[in-house]
Amino acid sequence: MAIILTEAEAKTLLTKVLSYSKADECEVNILGEERGNLRYARNEVSTSGSLINKNLAVQSAFGKKVGVATIDEFDDASIEKVVRRSEELARLAPENPEYVSVLGPQQYLKSTGFFDTTAQITPDKRAEAVDKSLQLSREKNLVAAGFLQDQYGYTAMMNSKGLFAYYPSSNVNFSLTVRTSDGKGSGYVARGYSDFSKLDTAEATRIAIQKGQGSAEARAIEPGKYTVILEPTAAVVLLENIFFNMDARSADEGRSYFSKAGGKSRLGDKIVDERVTIYSDPTNPELPASPWSGDGRPQEKTMWIEKGVAKNLSYSRYWAQKTGKKAIPGPNNVIMMGGNATLEDMIKSTQRGILVTKLWYIREVDPQTILLTGLTRDGTFYIENGKIKHPIKNFRFNESPIIMLNNLESLGKPERVVSTETDQNYLIPPMKIREFTFTSLSDAV
Amino acid sequence: MNRRHFNQLLGMGTAGILMPPLPAFSRPVSPEMLLEPGLDVAVKKRLADAAMNAAKSKGATYTDVRIGRYLNQFVVTREDKVQNIVNTESYGVGVRVIADGCWGFAAVVDAKSEADLAKAAEKAVAIAKANAKLMKQPVQLAPQKGYGEVSWKAPIQKNAFEVPIKEKVDLLLSVNNAALKNGANYVNSILFMVNEQKYLATTDGTYADQDIHRIWPLSTVTAIDAKTGKFETRQGLSAPVGMGYEYLQSNPADKITGITTRYNKGYDMLEDITAAAKQARAKHAAKSVEAGKYDLVLDPSHLWLTIHESVGHPLELDRVLGYEANFAGTSFATLDKWQSKSFNYGSKQVNLFADKTQVGSLGAVGYDDEGVQTKRWDLVKDGTLVNYQAIRDQAHIIGENESQGCCYADSWSSVQFQRMANVSLAPGKTPLSVQDMIKDVKKGIYIIGDGSFSIDQQRYNFQFGGQLYYEIKDGQIAGMLKDVAYQSNTQEFWNSCVAVCDEKDYRLGGSFFDGKGQPPQSSAVSHGSSTARFNGVNVINTARKI
Repeated sequence: MAIILTEAEAKTLLTKVLSYSKADECEVNILGEERGNLRYARNEVSTSGSLINKNLAVQSAFGKKVGVATIDEFDDASIEKVVRRSEELARLAPENPEYVSVLGPQQYLKSTGFFDTTAQITPDKRAEAVDKSLQLSREKNLVAAGFLQDQYGYTAMMNSKGLFAYYPSSNVNFSLTVRTSDGKGSGYVARGYSDFSKLDTAEATRIAIQKGQGSAEARAIEPGKYTVILEPTAAVVLLENIFFNMDARSADEGRSYFSKAGGKSRLGDKIVDERVTIYSDPTNPELPASPWSGDGRPQEKTMWIEKGVAKNLSYSRYWAQKTGKKAIPGPNNVIMMGGNATLEDMIKSTQRGILVTKLWYIREVDPQTILLTGLTRDGTFYIENGKIKHPIKNFRFNESPIIMLNNLESLGKPERVVSTETDQNYLIPPMKIREFTFTSLSDAV
Repeated sequence: MNRRHFNQLLGMGTAGILMPPLPAFSRPVSPEMLLEPGLDVAVKKRLADAAMNAAKSKGATYTDVRIGRYLNQFVVTREDKVQNIVNTESYGVGVRVIADGCWGFAAVVDAKSEADLAKAAEKAVAIAKANAKLMKQPVQLAPQKGYGEVSWKAPIQKNAFEVPIKEKVDLLLSVNNAALKNGANYVNSILFMVNEQKYLATTDGTYADQDIHRIWPLSTVTAIDAKTGKFETRQGLSAPVGMGYEYLQSNPADKITGITTRYNKGYDMLEDITAAAKQARAKHAAKSVEAGKYDLVLDPSHLWLTIHESVGHPLELDRVLGYEANFAGTSFATLDKWQSKSFNYGSKQVNLFADKTQVGSLGAVGYDDEGVQTKRWDLVKDGTLVNYQAIRDQAHIIGENESQGCCYADSWSSVQFQRMANVSLAPGKTPLSVQDMIKDVKKGIYIIGDGSFSIDQQRYNFQFGGQLYYEIKDGQIAGMLKDVAYQSNTQEFWNSCVAVCDEKDYRLGGSFFDGKGQPPQSSAVSHGSSTARFNGVNVINTARKI
């Protein structure tokens, strides 16, 4: 059997799996995928890998006793065995008081996230893409280290109440660090696409080269509060810490930024500047995502922060049932709306400020305020009187993305970016922020 | 170090309960299946020989074969509920070869026949030959003698997988109950157990069968002040260790008493959670720190993470050379600094060593993942940088004739590469207790437990928080502080070390999930130290008003 099943093939197989079930409820998730990667460092290919993965997980429930078993072989005997195994584990399991009965049939939005161009990547194509990048760094006597990884496949699910869902997708991420041979300059670029044909490794490499060369001979300036222009790659690693915290249960329990005194949550409160709107939409053509979540709930277009107001928090089905709220699943993609400013406009309108192209090693210092620490990396530049004056040494910052979005000056056009912390893709605009807090200097290049 | 997964698992400020990373291809099994023996060693030898012969016939000049069975068990609870019990097994084979001077690697899940192994070996050779075309410098592998058929078993007293799940659930629920009774609003507690059964064969003539055990009891309590809407947490002061279930059977000799009890080779989870609940509550009333310079007295339950980030990582040779430049970063500890033989990494009090043999540590094995017998060696001696951590294809770069045994892969399906050994601060040579150390401090902070952590990509500038902070005034502990984090620079910080307590205070901390590589792999590593004093370190206040 093929690794990547069509919708019809998946439906047939899942129907067969369910036909073996003797449990009160049964839900089956299946996936098939192929992955490939090529890694290079010191201008040489270092490692490469490929992976073929298929997996079928059966969840059986007797009342609130639940068992899960998985298998990677799909012949009849194996399928029957995995169903029996999940039923045995369910019978042995303690009752899960938070188990919620599986969903019935659902309607899903249409989202196109699968591209043949990505599915058809061969080791040769991967090598060719990397070679274009390597040639440029070698020519300029710079030192490149990069990573190209691609993935395509499908996920599907079906349950004993008649729910069926299927979604094929593909993705390619490319990242590259170019350092000057004396180690005094370093530049970075990352690109993420669903469609491999959009990836231009030479174009991306030129940006990393420009930042690498441009960041050499950096000067130290005093830490303190500065106006900053955050490129989307820098902004996203701060913002995603807000997204991670948008869980209703933690907020209701009083242990998140979204909690308030008196056992209330910040839902409905204006928490950031009114120009901030953050939403999810699986049908966005720039950032397509699965229109269903892993438990079969539909992913609808959902406002999380609208005009600065906390509009929605995500709920587990259990917590929604308990609190009588709509069970909105956590998003499969996140998009922040932008403004009209270009990066050039932002620089031009800055009397004294710092252009931050990347941030690194982001950790939460205080969950109460989402205070984060981390450092600038791979290209940080001083702006004076509307012009980039010179590269500066890296800073450590201590700042909350909530405070930062209250100190918003302007927004640019959203771009698809890859988080350097989680590898997740997002649509995030560049942004200009006043009074961003840098607390110390770093000698790191 | 990548602890985001675990923060998520604990439900601390993130959506729902996520699984921590499991070895690739892990599948759920019953607890009984975790006790089944893996393949017989004679069968593993036959399979490995099939792969090595196939690789050789296709032109490989070196081959190693890793047959791995990785077992995991989690018991996850919150308050009075069991949230999850997970038992998983992952079995497969990874074959690594050198052909035409280049590495090649192929892995195969569930491989049990000689034909499966031969196929994987042939694929690895084909990949090596394809990549060799892009290569300018052939791999230079340090020679290694074969040890023949050998075995190594972690010296555990009680296999955690043999302990009935009910006993583990009962322990965690009683721990949670104690937390709730002592002032916690919420409590999450987890037992995480690992058994790696690894068989390695190399064409040098080593056939090493190894059995590795690890355990980590971890917990977080949350105390909420309903009036202010503020919350405070305190994590358990346990360490992940290379031990069996005996780690949870603490006796008085394993306890270090003082302002709060800390633990050595045995952890009293019930006692610690009781203290944690009271301390999380007490943090609400603690004084917010005044930013400035302080002398820091750092407990081993805290200092391990500073050692990990500011010594363990920068002295990994692959970072120094640039192999991790695109992700984890490079290192300030460049080869010229080591070659100078006079680079002051720290003060004269600072002796840092790597050790893959330390009993009870997470990194202890008999042989690394390319057949090198493990050992102990110095990294920083009397303050001076003297060595790095290397593997066989790097040894020649630092003038060594043999590898130091730092090669590790997190799964049979991942290619092995250079990973951190246990890196530890040697205890002070003259007798010194924590009490005596504190007596001399005029204006200081005593920090216990690890908290927030961040360091730059060349390991100069770092910032660390903790679990518990106590103000030291004129040699006395003056009360609890909060909102503390210290910032320093690696060389400055280790040169500010003025004293290290003696070996009676020496304890291990560690990480289950140290992340490195693309695609990322995790490894488990311990770091030992006694309590140490660092003078004049910059402390910031982390409280913010929103």
